[in-house]
Amino acid sequence: MTISPEDVLRVAELAQLELTPEEAELYRGQLDEILNYIGKLQKLDVTNVEPMTQMSFNSAEAPASSSASPREAEPDLREDKLRPCNIADAVLEQAPDAAKPFFRVPKVIER
Amino acid sequence: MSAATTWTAASIQTALRAKKVSAREIATEFYANIDRRNPDINAYLTLSRERAFAQADRVDVATACGEKLGPLAGVPIAVKDVISTAGVRTTCGSKILESYVPPYDATAVSRLEKAGAVILGKTNCDEFAMGSSNENSAYGPVRNPVAMDRVPGGSSGGSAAAVAAGLAVAALGTDTGGSIRQPGACCGVPAMMPTYGRVSRYGLIAFASSLDRIGPFATNVADTAAVMSVIAGHDENDATSAAVPAPDYAAGIEQAIQGLRIGVPEEYFGEGIDSQVKEKVLAGIALLEKLGCKRVSLKMPHTEYAIATYYIVATAEASSNLARYDGVRYGLRVPGATLIDMYRKTRERGFGAEVKRRLMLGTYALSSGYYDAYYLRAQKVRALIARDFTEAFQKVDAIVTPTAPTPAFKLGEKTSDPLQMYLADIYTVTGSLAGIPGISVPCGITKEKLPIGMQILGPHFSEARILQLARAFEKAGGFTI
Repeated sequence: MTISPEDVLRVAELAQLELTPEEAELYRGQLDEILNYIGKLQKLDVTNVEPMTQMSFNSAEAPASSSASPREAEPDLREDKLRPCNIADAVLEQAPDAAKPFFRVPKVIER
Repeated sequence: MSAATTWTAASIQTALRAKKVSAREIATEFYANIDRRNPDINAYLTLSRERAFAQADRVDVATACGEKLGPLAGVPIAVKDVISTAGVRTTCGSKILESYVPPYDATAVSRLEKAGAVILGKTNCDEFAMGSSNENSAYGPVRNPVAMDRVPGGSSGGSAAAVAAGLAVAALGTDTGGSIRQPGACCGVPAMMPTYGRVSRYGLIAFASSLDRIGPFATNVADTAAVMSVIAGHDENDATSAAVPAPDYAAGIEQAIQGLRIGVPEEYFGEGIDSQVKEKVLAGIALLEKLGCKRVSLKMPHTEYAIATYYIVATAEASSNLARYDGVRYGLRVPGATLIDMYRKTRERGFGAEVKRRLMLGTYALSSGYYDAYYLRAQKVRALIARDFTEAFQKVDAIVTPTAPTPAFKLGEKTSDPLQMYLADIYTVTGSLAGIPGISVPCGITKEKLPIGMQILGPHFSEARILQLARAFEKAGGFTI
């Protein structure tokens, strides 16, 4: 058994899920099976392998675009300038409980 | 019982310009078919009639005034319900977003409309795109229009089914581990996952950010290319979109494929593959050889680790991305005595079983004490899988494999066994992890008349060549539904 009932409850707490006892037991069995399958990764030798953390491409790396010049290989970041962003009302329209310009939530600070 | 539409993006352009039909008449025809067949198929969750007819009228006015029409003028397109549409409900197939109406359009959607396309509505999908059968939707499963007792594949099952049933000319889906290509194979339509960063994801509701991509379904390869030409390209609103010029895929579609080297990795034809799938895909490879391609046998030794790697990386990223559904800013809120209580009750009620299972797995993989053994190790194996492809593409121009190990399975067949369901993505997750583009094209049917898909993968940003191969194959084989 890779994952214990206590592990399941701890993980559910971290994931902010309130599982019923039935769900907790079902997930324990299923996660156990999946983790056993995933255990095959431990067989591989990954010494000296750099983790692939993200993918990003720019013009210089793209084999399909022969016209790309080295200058375009700079990171593809847009110019850092202020732009109008008048979306507060549209966003608050979707809130389950808004007191404009705020989202209202249960009290978190005790006095 | 399939009957894809006889309209294509190209035939609509001709008919509109010759004034044989109006965009409004075409949209009306499609909505009539949707009203008739969608109750059985359940491909659409929300229809955007008002917006569609307003757009159709704009196209018709432009036609009447002799203005230049966009390349997709009047073309009815369906959009997967994880892609934001301003003013049109977007649920992600989840109860937690049941009444969510985005305040803005995804870039892919606004580009389609700018090109004249008519967005008919939003298509059903596995909840937050997590699934391979569309049975994880909170709004009921989609039926495969080719065989109504079977799944359409997933997670973009509604998009694939809508195109296969003639309820749209093309559709947008999303692919994280196979969610465009596998339903394309199950429903018998071409389906493309572009290179990571090729199509803007601005407005795509995130599942796994290092994997998610938007791509098209259509009834033929030329239309697939036509949609790609419109949606591809850099977008400053998506920092992960590549500043790489996008060619006109549609214009180059008929380019010759003679002399291209086609890699066939033995690992994709081993244990677990259905014998009819194997037979038809090998016949497809033989057809490509007949068309002048050169077959090269390949070994890709890390293939067997791809599913394990994928289900760590994707679930870890999902556990972070889906933390935003907490009942505070949008979507469902279930009241609670404290803030934490509200979060947990909201998420417990709002998420379905598969989403919770994956959030649990991803949280576990990222948690203290397990991070190195699971998440970090998976990222290293991901690098090895990507390296298999880099090395292969030094020897070949494209790689051809089955899209899925089996044809569409029966509804309910795999729902009780999550691991078996995950293995439906065994041939598609590799390309997802490597960030490369791929297309699934129909390559025949089984004795039971179920479609089989053949996958063509290529190096980063090689969509044009992949589409040319797919087009030549389609033309020579005639494998249309």
